[in-house]
Amino acid sequence: MELDIVELSRLQFAMTAMYHFLFVPLTLGLSILVAIMETVYVMTGRPIWRQMTKFWGTLFGINFVLGVATGITMEFQFGMNWSYYSHYVGDVFGAPLAIEGLMAFFLEATFVGLFFFGWDKLSRVQHLVVAWLVAIGSNFSALWILIANGWMQNPVGAEFNPDTMRMEMTSFTEVIFNEVAQAKFVHTVSAGYVTASVFVLGVSAWYLLKNRHVELARRSITVAASFGLASALSVVVLGDESGYSASHTQKMKLAAIEAMWETHDAPAPFTAIGFPDQEARETHYAIEIPWVMGLIGTRSLTQEIPGINDLVAEADTRIRNGIIAYDALMTIREGQGTAPDDVRATFEQHSDDLGFAFLLLRYVDDPRMASEADITKAANDTIPGVAPLFWAFRIMVGLGFAFIGVMLYFFWRSSFRRQTYPCWALRAAVIIIPAPWIAAELGWFVAEFGRQPWTVDGVLPTALSVSHLSIQDLLLTLAGFITFYTILFIIEMGLMLKYIRKGPFQDVEETEAWEARHEHRLRTHDGQGPFAPAGVQAASALDEPGAAFNAKPAE
Amino acid sequence: MVLFELISYDVLRVIWWLLLGVLLIAFALTDGFDMGVGALLPFIGKTDLERRVIINTVGPVWEGNQVWFILGGGAIFAAWPPLYAVSFSGFYLAMFVVLAALIVRPVAFKYRSKRESVRWRNSWDWALFAGGAVPALIFGVAVGNVLQGVPFELTPDLFSRYEGSYYGKFFGLLNPFALLVGLFSVSMLLTHGAAWLSLKTEGVIADRARAVGAITGMLTMGGYALAGLWLAVGIDGYAFAGEVVRDGPSNPLYSEVVRTGSWLSAYSDRPWIILAPILAFLGMAMAVRGLRNGQEVGTLLWSKLGIFGAISSVGLTMFPFILPSSLDPTSSLTVWDSSSSHRTLFIMLVSTAIFLPLILMYTAWVYKVLWGKVTEDDVTGNSHSVY
Repeated sequence: MELDIVELSRLQFAMTAMYHFLFVPLTLGLSILVAIMETVYVMTGRPIWRQMTKFWGTLFGINFVLGVATGITMEFQFGMNWSYYSHYVGDVFGAPLAIEGLMAFFLEATFVGLFFFGWDKLSRVQHLVVAWLVAIGSNFSALWILIANGWMQNPVGAEFNPDTMRMEMTSFTEVIFNEVAQAKFVHTVSAGYVTASVFVLGVSAWYLLKNRHVELARRSITVAASFGLASALSVVVLGDESGYSASHTQKMKLAAIEAMWETHDAPAPFTAIGFPDQEARETHYAIEIPWVMGLIGTRSLTQEIPGINDLVAEADTRIRNGIIAYDALMTIREGQGTAPDDVRATFEQHSDDLGFAFLLLRYVDDPRMASEADITKAANDTIPGVAPLFWAFRIMVGLGFAFIGVMLYFFWRSSFRRQTYPCWALRAAVIIIPAPWIAAELGWFVAEFGRQPWTVDGVLPTALSVSHLSIQDLLLTLAGFITFYTILFIIEMGLMLKYIRKGPFQDVEETEAWEARHEHRLRTHDGQGPFAPAGVQAASALDEPGAAFNAKPAE
Repeated sequence: MVLFELISYDVLRVIWWLLLGVLLIAFALTDGFDMGVGALLPFIGKTDLERRVIINTVGPVWEGNQVWFILGGGAIFAAWPPLYAVSFSGFYLAMFVVLAALIVRPVAFKYRSKRESVRWRNSWDWALFAGGAVPALIFGVAVGNVLQGVPFELTPDLFSRYEGSYYGKFFGLLNPFALLVGLFSVSMLLTHGAAWLSLKTEGVIADRARAVGAITGMLTMGGYALAGLWLAVGIDGYAFAGEVVRDGPSNPLYSEVVRTGSWLSAYSDRPWIILAPILAFLGMAMAVRGLRNGQEVGTLLWSKLGIFGAISSVGLTMFPFILPSSLDPTSSLTVWDSSSSHRTLFIMLVSTAIFLPLILMYTAWVYKVLWGKVTEDDVTGNSHSVY
């Protein structure tokens, strides 16, 4: 692969996006787990839950800030590196991004400051509301970005406008309720919840192994295992939903994931293991499970799933139609809005295939001049790299099922075995901490690499989407991002580990302070329930154990 | 008739031009003082405790403030896609430097006080300095370049190309006029940061901030006047060559543009816009006065007025141009030919009308909760939870 602008831009996008997604899933899940813990605190008034909120909140904060920092790059690099893409689809793709800012970023970013700084300034219920607003904000942001990404996979609700040379929105509701986007949203946030659950589980298991912070660790495992079990099930179910929607929206991606070269009689078998060979267009040593693929993909026994070779033939036809559309487009453009109606009609008839004509631009300057050989080459270009997709998908799915097992086991021990856990299980929980990140990154790889050679499926080829930049520009920023992100990653991991090793502070004193207050409350019945404002005094009494006994009688 | 046609295309374009201004000004008014405070940090805070006090004045709010920038990016993408496509790829390396600074800044806020080591903390303090000063400089430099026209051209496919020897190359941006605007922008935000510190701190920190702010405030006024003069005598403006269709398709190549006359001819066409520079000078002068007299709330508000006047004067002077092209004037992006489609502008307007008031309400609530000065006791007393 030669290093040209397109490859370098892809590399930079892949690197910055995947790096960003190291922090996002933990933010998505931990924000909810922390809010759940704080809810328990507010409802029971038990300081251990406040301690848990603060401890996991600290780790959440260290992670959140890098998610925010690397997210800044994401918001601007479409314009920086993908200038033609931005022009071509900004009318559709920009809207969810802007709404993400309006609806989600402001919510989470405005309240996250108050979450950390507001303990003494807010009542308990107010602070709890703040925690939930942070969690809701983070999750809303996932919704809108996945609506944007879902449109790249399945571009509905838009059509090409020859006057402005771009895609323009025809139905906002179609863009929002894009079935691909909705399945992806739930799949992705659930994956985030699993990530955070595995993280909380692993860190707590480490404490139990070290016999430290046992109270905090046990409760955290209970929360993580129950939340994690529900989420792990949801990831797999919604992953299946994504597969189902891919069978009619992204046929090539699905066929590539399955390494299904030929169309199989319905119901198609599922290739569990095999070695796809892109050159020969066959899969060696395939072990097939009959019927399964047909059931997953079409939910029927009679519907066929097209294989790669048939899809290439389909692409060939669409390229030829695209050339007709391209020809009409050129006539329309030369007239600057004065083209005759029949040309416009021809264009509209074939405009859905215009993007396929653009695939020829790799080989000829004008698609109308393309030879038969060029068309064949362009049609073959529509096959993504099969082997990497095949394997990435299988590892991701394997991990997904493994998480269900892990969560089920810990949920069972937590619910029916008095929260006792054997050492081997705790060790295993520590070891698997990185696994959900691997699964999540592989998931994005399958989604994005599987869409190649398109940035917007069937609409705009990746090779056409880039900016007018020089190789030097790109090498410079790529090197810059790599250096920069590596340093930040080392610092982040260092701080995470430091704060995990340090553990929650004020273990003993805080509990004692609460017990003193609790006893006082039993004696006086002062009615200080969860809804009474904690105020500066009560809250600082918890922070400064020494002051707790003095502050109490004043209330 | 469909719903989105309730508001005509040209009116929507003007509304979105105004909203673009609102977002950029809101960013400068809020994150502006965060950046100013960051840039002042190593000079005004002498001890670690003083620096922590300074950092914690913006600690709880910078994150929300920064979203104005992100939203600005998103709104440009949604409402002005050609502007998003042309400007960020054109200012490629400059944008990279801004991103680097803005990525370091959040991390610096969050991580600085998480270790005791002096070297660790000093390094992050300089990162906060860069995170404030560098974007402030580059945003100003960018505005300076936009006023002079930017060397890009659009192909018939509307792919944007740049003149290689200059554009996309960082140092070409640093011409004298652009640097002047850049320095003006830095000193304006330093003054704004000083006004914020004067409100949120007390004692020696507030005194130092006021002393520095009074000086940078004077420099800001001087820089603004000088840039205005330069614009009058040294830089050509842009104008449409023929009739302009205001509700036509967003294709910049459909209308011819020439480079002619001066930007300041806008002031004879629309005399009322003189209000913007007047407000700019008034705000800056009153902010300097407030800093000298030790006023707190008033100073910050005057400084905000000054920034509002200065930024809106640039937009109003250039209207309807947004990003003029020096290489091929006809490629210039204007309000009338570089927006989103009619429907998208309407949908985005509805979303903004729903969410912007909400954002303003809860942001105001957060500032109210956090009202009051940050003292050394606040920092030492909550060492675990503050920055």
